Amino acid sequence: MIGLIAHNALLISVAVIAFGAIVAPFAIRSGRREWLQLTYGAVYTNFVLVSLATALMIVALVTHDFSVSYVAAVGSRSTPLLFTVISLWGALEGSILFWAWVLALYAAAVVWFHRDRPGNLVPYAAMTMLAVAGFFALLLAGPADPFVPVWPVPADGPGPNTLLQNHVLMAVHPPLLYLGYVGMTVPFAFAIGAILSNEASSNDWAILSRRWMLASWAFLGAAIIAGMWWSYEVLGWGGYWAWDPVENASFLPWLTATAYLHSVMVQERRNMLRLWTLNLCVATFVLTILGTFLTRSGILSSVHAFTTGTIGYYFLAFIAVVLVATLVLVAGNSERIRATGNLGGVASRETVFLLNNLFLTAVMLTVLVGTLYPLVAEAIRGVKVSVGEPFFNRMAVPAMVALIFLMGVGPSLPWGSTTVAEARRRMIAPAIGAAILGAIGVLAGARGMYAILAFAFVGYAVVGNLREYWIGMRARHNAHGEGWGTALLRLIRGNRRRYGGYVAHIGVLFVALGITASSIFRSEREATLLPGETLTVAEHTVRLKSVWGREEPQRSVIGATLDVLGKDGEVIGTVEPRMNYYHVSDQPVPTPDVRSSLRGDLYVNLSAFEPNGAHATVKVIVEPLVPWIWFGGLVMVVGAVIGMFHRGRRTRVPPAPVASAPLPEPRVMETVP
Amino acid sequence: MNRKWVLGGAAVILGVFGWLTFGGLEKNVVFFLTPQELLAKGDAGVGVPVRLGGQVKPGSMTWDAKTLDLRFTVTDGARDVQVHSTGAPPQMFRDGMGVIVEGRYGSGGVFQATSLMVKHSNEYRAPEPGEEAHEKYKTLIEQSAP
Repeated sequence: MIGLIAHNALLISVAVIAFGAIVAPFAIRSGRREWLQLTYGAVYTNFVLVSLATALMIVALVTHDFSVSYVAAVGSRSTPLLFTVISLWGALEGSILFWAWVLALYAAAVVWFHRDRPGNLVPYAAMTMLAVAGFFALLLAGPADPFVPVWPVPADGPGPNTLLQNHVLMAVHPPLLYLGYVGMTVPFAFAIGAILSNEASSNDWAILSRRWMLASWAFLGAAIIAGMWWSYEVLGWGGYWAWDPVENASFLPWLTATAYLHSVMVQERRNMLRLWTLNLCVATFVLTILGTFLTRSGILSSVHAFTTGTIGYYFLAFIAVVLVATLVLVAGNSERIRATGNLGGVASRETVFLLNNLFLTAVMLTVLVGTLYPLVAEAIRGVKVSVGEPFFNRMAVPAMVALIFLMGVGPSLPWGSTTVAEARRRMIAPAIGAAILGAIGVLAGARGMYAILAFAFVGYAVVGNLREYWIGMRARHNAHGEGWGTALLRLIRGNRRRYGGYVAHIGVLFVALGITASSIFRSEREATLLPGETLTVAEHTVRLKSVWGREEPQRSVIGATLDVLGKDGEVIGTVEPRMNYYHVSDQPVPTPDVRSSLRGDLYVNLSAFEPNGAHATVKVIVEPLVPWIWFGGLVMVVGAVIGMFHRGRRTRVPPAPVASAPLPEPRVMETVP
Repeated sequence: MNRKWVLGGAAVILGVFGWLTFGGLEKNVVFFLTPQELLAKGDAGVGVPVRLGGQVKPGSMTWDAKTLDLRFTVTDGARDVQVHSTGAPPQMFRDGMGVIVEGRYGSGGVFQATSLMVKHSNEYRAPEPGEEAHEKYKTLIEQSAP
């Protein structure tokens, strides 16, 4: 019954979407703008219908309605409630349904917030989003239908993939990723809308879509970090990034989105890079679809690839349609879109932004080549290969280290131009930061050039960004006698985008610091211990206490209890790495135990045990500064939130009496919904 | 600084990256091979990163829990390759099971593995009659029961 209602809701949504998308161009061409309400109505109706289907799926999962094919495939009576609900995105059909729902939500939100904007940008953007929604609605109606009736109804099901029901981060990483991935549809829709409505030669559409891009960028960044964390906490290898194709698939659109967030500022300030910015919107969207193709088609073997069905061909066809359609549109209008502005001097912020875009694009292309190469090699030469980590590390790390440096240079250079002497003066404080952190890195044992440079540049950029806060706060403090706290709050409130950006920079720098330190200073040892025996790694000692087993409804758990010893041999804590045997799989899921502090992690994994509990083999890894990666991700999101909720009114900071103190830049006029 | 400069600079940097990409790519490609394919390569297969796929030859596995010295033979039915690695074998590692080992084939005729993966299916499959894959940890759970 549930399946039938939901299936019909999805079928109706196909018709609603098609109707809404077709009406829009007629309404605009014929000048009957009141007809546009039909398009907007279709967007809202689609949201209601897909929400209904998604809600019914959750009901079916929770009530164990095994007559619904998706529930029969991923449900199980023994799975805890939380993992039952989140198995909504634990397999192919459910994840496409969830995707369609997030897209319907975004489309409804865009129409709701921008419906009163004059011009044809929003109607065409709504039409574009409906077209994309149509693709997913068609998938749900046919090849990825989650509501196929099952007869006879099974008494129980296998439960979700065991790797996906082992950690609570599975409730966090996928929804964030969908919010990020799907959100990239909005800037793409605005880009297409801008071309179709002849607004691409103004900057309004880019400013309008920036907030949506910023939100999606933050979601995607948080999702990548959460995915790294999941990999770290569940897979038991003590790492968080392996340049695996599915990781790369999430990283690629994040790179182009980051490039967009910077190039759009150049477009706004200097009337430049207009075509480039538009292309970044398109590229970001195409990369999200490509990523979905890579991860969902089963072409790559991974925890993300669910089936080896025909769904991949639909995605390939969709990518082809999107590429051809946008190429025709962009090429046909490129003369009009082309920007008119000029660059300022060499030592200016726009130069840094150009370099930033170049490096981000170069990293993106490198990772893209490395990710697609195995597919090409197999198709052309018939050999099965994978591209090893050394390639990615050698190619991408230098550019990323350069990007860290630019993160520190950009904020301290003004728009337009500056004198060399002034630029040099502004680099003194960050250079001291670079010297300090670089020296700390060398003293700690960093030897490689890129490792030392990474430390130094993180130091440079942290000071470079904090200095902007300091200058602004000091100006307010001196001019108005504001307390430092008030000055900080008012400074941020006066230009949320700018100061939010600096916070996001700090977040990325924390991530960079954590990655650098944990990959250089990682030490690990594996040993078989009898109870009472100890293992010492990088001044951390653990002592095996016992090996035990426990039965739980959906799994059997084998664990080892180890004492963590302090400097004088006293017990300062315990760790319990486990191995979870789910009843549906013959392969256990490792569950390492991680003891975190600001200085780093003590990571203990149980790799083997003797059936009679006589001994256990454990791997102990000491990884400095890993928690900084997770914390940096949070700071990044905070920065994005600050930047997102900027207000549209013009505020000017009164001039400070101290002439030499550079003022925070006055805000530019913005059109805001 | 005009437009041509920007485009020229962009072309140079992208060109350098393109060159490095294709220069570094071929050297870092990891081939997926079966024992037969690996041995057919002769000297070309020695010392290069390889992912070797096959089955664990029944009765070939030895593991010393104290030294973590792990040896077994991977077979594809036609040819055998001896594998050596240091570390614990994956749980449920058993005779005849599909494995993928990543590492390099040494000139001494032994494949030095850096990582072991067990090929397994995520699809649910009901246990066959008489099959008791979980024996290994059942003992421990019974012992731990209060």
